[in-house]
Amino acid sequence: MRLILLFLLMLFVTPLSAQTALPPAPYADRQIADPALERKAKALMETIRCLTCQSQSIADSGASMAGDMRSQIRERIMAGEQPEAIRSWLIARYGDWVSYEPTAAPILWPLWAAPVLLLGLGLMLLRGRIKQRKRA
Amino acid sequence: MIAETGLAALWLAASLALLQLVLAFAGLKGGKPDLLAAVRPAAVAQGVLTAIAFAALITLFMRSDMSVLLVVTNSHSMKPWLYKFAGTWGNHEGSMLLWVTVMGVAGAAVALFERALQRNAHMATLGGQAAISLGFYAFLLFSSNPFARIDPAPADGQGLNPLLQDPGLAFHPPTLYLGYVGLSVAFSFAIGALLTRQVDAAFARAMRPWVLAAWVLLTLGITAGSYWAYYELGWGGWWFWDPVENASLMPWLAATALLHSVTVLATRDALRAWTVMLAVVAFSMSMVGTFLVRSGILTSVHAFAVDPTRGSFILGLLALYIGGALALFGWRIGSVREGAPFELVSRETMLVVNNLLLTVILGLVLIGTLYPLMTEAFGHKVSVGAPYFDRIAGPIALALMVAMAAGPLTRWRKDQARAVGKRLLIPLCIALLVSISLSLFAWGRIGILPFLGLVIAVAVGVGSLAPLWKRKLLRTPLFTYGMVVAHLGCAVSLAGMACDSAFTVEKLVAARPGDMIQTAGWSLRLRQIIPIAGDNWTALQADMDASRGGSSVLIRPQSRFFASPPTSTSEAALLTRWDGQLYVVLGEEVEGGRWQLRIWWKPFVTLIWLGGIMIALGGALALVGRERRGWLLKWRAREARL
Amino acid sequence: MRRLLIWLPLALFLGFIGLFASGLFKPDDRVIHSRLVGQPLPVFSLPAAASDRPALSSGQLATGKPRLLNIFASWCVPCAAEAPQLEALQKAGAQIDAIAIRDARPDVDAFLKRYGNPYARIGLDARSAVQMALGSSGVPETFVIDGKGRIAHQHIGDIRADDVPMILEKLRAAQ
Repeated sequence: MRLILLFLLMLFVTPLSAQTALPPAPYADRQIADPALERKAKALMETIRCLTCQSQSIADSGASMAGDMRSQIRERIMAGEQPEAIRSWLIARYGDWVSYEPTAAPILWPLWAAPVLLLGLGLMLLRGRIKQRKRA
Repeated sequence: MIAETGLAALWLAASLALLQLVLAFAGLKGGKPDLLAAVRPAAVAQGVLTAIAFAALITLFMRSDMSVLLVVTNSHSMKPWLYKFAGTWGNHEGSMLLWVTVMGVAGAAVALFERALQRNAHMATLGGQAAISLGFYAFLLFSSNPFARIDPAPADGQGLNPLLQDPGLAFHPPTLYLGYVGLSVAFSFAIGALLTRQVDAAFARAMRPWVLAAWVLLTLGITAGSYWAYYELGWGGWWFWDPVENASLMPWLAATALLHSVTVLATRDALRAWTVMLAVVAFSMSMVGTFLVRSGILTSVHAFAVDPTRGSFILGLLALYIGGALALFGWRIGSVREGAPFELVSRETMLVVNNLLLTVILGLVLIGTLYPLMTEAFGHKVSVGAPYFDRIAGPIALALMVAMAAGPLTRWRKDQARAVGKRLLIPLCIALLVSISLSLFAWGRIGILPFLGLVIAVAVGVGSLAPLWKRKLLRTPLFTYGMVVAHLGCAVSLAGMACDSAFTVEKLVAARPGDMIQTAGWSLRLRQIIPIAGDNWTALQADMDASRGGSSVLIRPQSRFFASPPTSTSEAALLTRWDGQLYVVLGEEVEGGRWQLRIWWKPFVTLIWLGGIMIALGGALALVGRERRGWLLKWRAREARL
Repeated sequence: MRRLLIWLPLALFLGFIGLFASGLFKPDDRVIHSRLVGQPLPVFSLPAAASDRPALSSGQLATGKPRLLNIFASWCVPCAAEAPQLEALQKAGAQIDAIAIRDARPDVDAFLKRYGNPYARIGLDARSAVQMALGSSGVPETFVIDGKGRIAHQHIGDIRADDVPMILEKLRAAQ
């Protein structure tokens, strides 16, 4: 609907006043030379939520703080840190909110259980509709 | 005068809806045919009146009548005509008027063209349509009057949000709306069927074309929205699993399930209660989506039309209609007899599996979208985004694709598992072949989901053509072609998604004018960065030569600045080739006269939307095929009688 | 069983309506609070951000007396708006240190000259690294640090005139 487009349009619009004049951090928009490490970093960045834009990953955001976060993630990956360690570090500071990938926190258990429960319920309904094979 | 005419037409339409509701239910209750005789004319008149009101608003926008508040706040006399026209629905009030108009016109169409339904069920359906329309008339007239005047009239308008000035605005919202609101017809059919207790094959056959039509438009609308987001956002993504996108996906999932269950009901007179439930759910999802988006309870990024008063009004409508329909379902469905059970290996079972998987995906999207809201009630903030949906809904969607290939190759009533396996032999061999070659060439470079996606896409693509195998192609009914094209479209779309996620090459560079950039077989030369001026924006434009072996093509990514409101946007340059798209975005200037460039080569990404169009085309073919067959049969019957 | 299933959709839907209503009518709270409140400050050491103020490191915030740590930037409009309140806090006896985010020394100097300088020390965090380590999600923010260098309170957004007594109270409580 109309709001989808409005929403999408708002996503790539960043208020000019809230940005700094400083050039972006070194690895904000520079890829790691090693493609395997860059893939690792990119995969992590796509799942970290931008703090100042509220509904975008830092990989998709033009906000300056998102750029700083990208740079920090790339630098840490280059230093040999594991993506999940960086995620935990961020969650320790900003809470589960910062990760688009839901964690294993107890409050998220129902979310992870949902597919199993729904499929189970569905199969139960389905079984009732199918003729039982007669034993010979 | 035009504004007053529009408003008067709207009030009249609302009163006619009330009359239609009263006539239908009084007539049905008392068994008075003279009351029922007036229902259809009322529905037709209501449709005409809403169309008049909408035409009045369009006229006001086209004429730039600045004595109307909505025109002042959303238009400007110097705008190109296309944006004046599309600006009519580029705002809350106008889009709600479009909603009501679609509802009114769809109701008139049901009154005029519906012949398959029994008279009582038809009247109850029209009564149901009037009942839902009434709430939205009230919403429009009491809280969002589009025709309100402003006095004194200003010299000119404030202009449409510059960001909405895109041809996409003319196409994407109206199509999506037609689909969204078109599902209200299915909802009314369900209400009519529950009230008259006529849930049978005739009901399914009568409802099917309406569901198909709404589904086709919904598919087109979502496809268009996805492409628009893809080229406007400048991040190379085409689906973000954002709450607002999910809100448009959920009705589509429900409608797709409904489309298939209605076929089971029409052909085998089974899945009665389930089909009625899906018809209720599909339009309910449209309303829930509207609520989620307009109340602003889920996203904070769009600051438009987010208004708690309006939000609570829509919530009230939700509670009334969906709650009412579900209560009616609970009350009446017990008396609807369930059809006979199925054989395990049969087309019916495959279609039920399709419905099961679609419904599970729908449930997961709904839960995932609302989960942050639920945890917030416990004071805990979480995010549920793409990683969850990809990982959870992805595999289920792949299973669904497999069922989609197998379904049309399975016979109705009863089939032999071995025979079905034999028919699936070719797709299975192809799947094996693709997996082997992919493992050889791309092992370790692509994830498991894209890998499976590619294998399944190719195999299902071939499998979806199998229903045409060994058939006389000219004698094959059009609706079979429709199914084949739609299923092939799903495979094509899946192939595009898998290719995009498996093989996209991203390159970020900071380049000076004169620099050469090599990526994914392309050579790009940054010629110069020049400032240019548009109607209401200025831009920095990068002139770049792109070549891949042969002659070079000039591409021009821009970064645009709008003065009011002060915003900047990036206009990506897209170069489409048969095997993919080159996507270039101009970023900011970094130190030393270098400019940040983001370059993507996306192999076969266009298949995503090509597939979407094929799905819609397949639906349209099926619709035309079914209708034409209906006419032919009727015509032959008449010939025979003569 | 069948009766239960028939009424299940309505029951679920009523649950959703309740959820929607609670989402609609509860006060809007979109700020992301730092999870480090109640924990020791992360260790950092930043260069000086202004010409006439010394640099800042985490050790200097654990002085035995509670202090305020203001996160600001010269390019941030609300930061200019909260300057009088910081001035008032300083007059009331609060010790205020600051971290300037994504900033440059000449810009900070100009900002302080124009809006006043209530700060004892100002560290320069050019790439928001310390900001992230603190769990701060924007500018301006103000942390209350107790005498042992623990984060006692986080105030998100600019300090309004009516927030000043509350901040002073938090400082007292952090003794």
